[in-house]
Amino acid sequence: MAEIIVVTSGKGGVGKTTTSAAIGSGLALRGHKTVIIDFDVGLRNLDLIMGCERRVVYDFVNVLNNEANLNQALIKDKRNENLFILPASQTRDKDALTLDGVQTILSQLAETFDYIICDSPAGIEKGAQMALYYADQAIVVTNPEVSSVRDSDRILGILQSKSLRAETGDEPVKEHLLLTRYNPTRVTDGEMLSVTDVEEILAIPLLGVIPESEAVLKASNQGIPVIFDETADAGHAYHDAVARLLGEKIEFRFLEVEKKGLLKRLLGAK
Amino acid sequence: MSDTCFQLKGSVVTTFILELYQFSLDDFTLQLKEKINQAPMFFKQSPVVISLDKIDDNITEINLDELLTTCRQFNLQPMAFKCSHKRFLDAIKATGLTLLSKNASRNLTKTPVTPEISSSIESTDVKENTQLHKSKLISRPVRSGQQIYAEGGDLIILSQVSEGAEVLADGNIHIYGTLRGRALAGVKGNTSARVFCTKMEAELISVAGHFMLSDSLREKVWKQPAQIYLDEQILQVEPV
Repeated sequence: MAEIIVVTSGKGGVGKTTTSAAIGSGLALRGHKTVIIDFDVGLRNLDLIMGCERRVVYDFVNVLNNEANLNQALIKDKRNENLFILPASQTRDKDALTLDGVQTILSQLAETFDYIICDSPAGIEKGAQMALYYADQAIVVTNPEVSSVRDSDRILGILQSKSLRAETGDEPVKEHLLLTRYNPTRVTDGEMLSVTDVEEILAIPLLGVIPESEAVLKASNQGIPVIFDETADAGHAYHDAVARLLGEKIEFRFLEVEKKGLLKRLLGAK
Repeated sequence: MSDTCFQLKGSVVTTFILELYQFSLDDFTLQLKEKINQAPMFFKQSPVVISLDKIDDNITEINLDELLTTCRQFNLQPMAFKCSHKRFLDAIKATGLTLLSKNASRNLTKTPVTPEISSSIESTDVKENTQLHKSKLISRPVRSGQQIYAEGGDLIILSQVSEGAEVLADGNIHIYGTLRGRALAGVKGNTSARVFCTKMEAELISVAGHFMLSDSLREKVWKQPAQIYLDEQILQVEPV
């Protein structure tokens, strides 16, 4: 049985799609057959981050409307054979989604995949609720600032009241906190909330802390998930998060201000 | 504090009624002495109302001064007369003590045991019992945007209440965690309702419509275990 994981946040621009791409790729790199679904109908982004925008022929909504079958719409990743993408439609809106339609697609995917990653749109409306409804687990992406934390709290409330598991009284959706754009220097300066602050407010287990990194923007623009970048801190942090998602115990990195060596200081490198 | 010197309040005081059937100084003194000796401390400085309502119809005159003096000798404090017979009114007036009107005296004597009061006491007992049954237990965090209402009873939360969340109850609210959101106890006007929490960081607290914002709480019990209740229409914040 496939595990359905929703990547959600409430607030926009905090790194949901980046995280979906990285976590999905990370699971695939570890040999798990994984599909990432873009639920952001109307604002297709995942294909860009994954670098497969030129290969989109059919999309999620086409499959929902029986205009194409799943195999036609699924795009196989060029870097890893275990990784597939189901792109969103650019020309439709969220009303094209129905719970029954989504369920049909998810149960078909569950036959062949180990992990189904649902990349949720921002907000708490229909699109976001569709993305989280059938989830077994949720990765709540949060930036270390107050409005993002509050929106995450809101979406956690929706997960525990409007998901299938909540409605049927099943075991609740397993929640994970992923803190992105973390900058230890700014935390020390008091400009950013610390990991402990966010953990205390949201009171859910921490899955990972992704340091603020130029590599993330670069990776997005090149269409290569940052987890493939062996030199980036952010890539390593996502690898750690994937390992924790699979149940491994790994110590948290990149939480402290990095001490610059003498040479770095002299050269003024960042 | 305001400059007010006093406040007038309605109140019920328990007193003895001395119901006089007939009066002769010697007999009265003897009988009173006997009575008082049964429990001298009990009667010490007791206020007493002397009732002439049940006096023998053939008696037309009583020496009230002797009566009062005797009472005071035994440490009773006559405070008023009760009398519906016109023939004694002038004498009562002469003593300087109050004559209780029929209505007032009825209230005074009967209030503690009127059926109305006792029935209302019974009904509050019943309410308290049903409140116990109706209390609502929440064991997960109450998140931003969520609203939880315990109708007709207490609300018990075994987790945190996030900023932007609202918890309401007709009775008390107990929060075994951090309260960052809003807590409104006694929303239907129960002024004896209270809010308890193990860590106070609330946006707003209200008891029976009297509310307090985080600014006022910050000075007192911020991030500490606290309780909030209503005392004389003023919200009291105390550490627990």
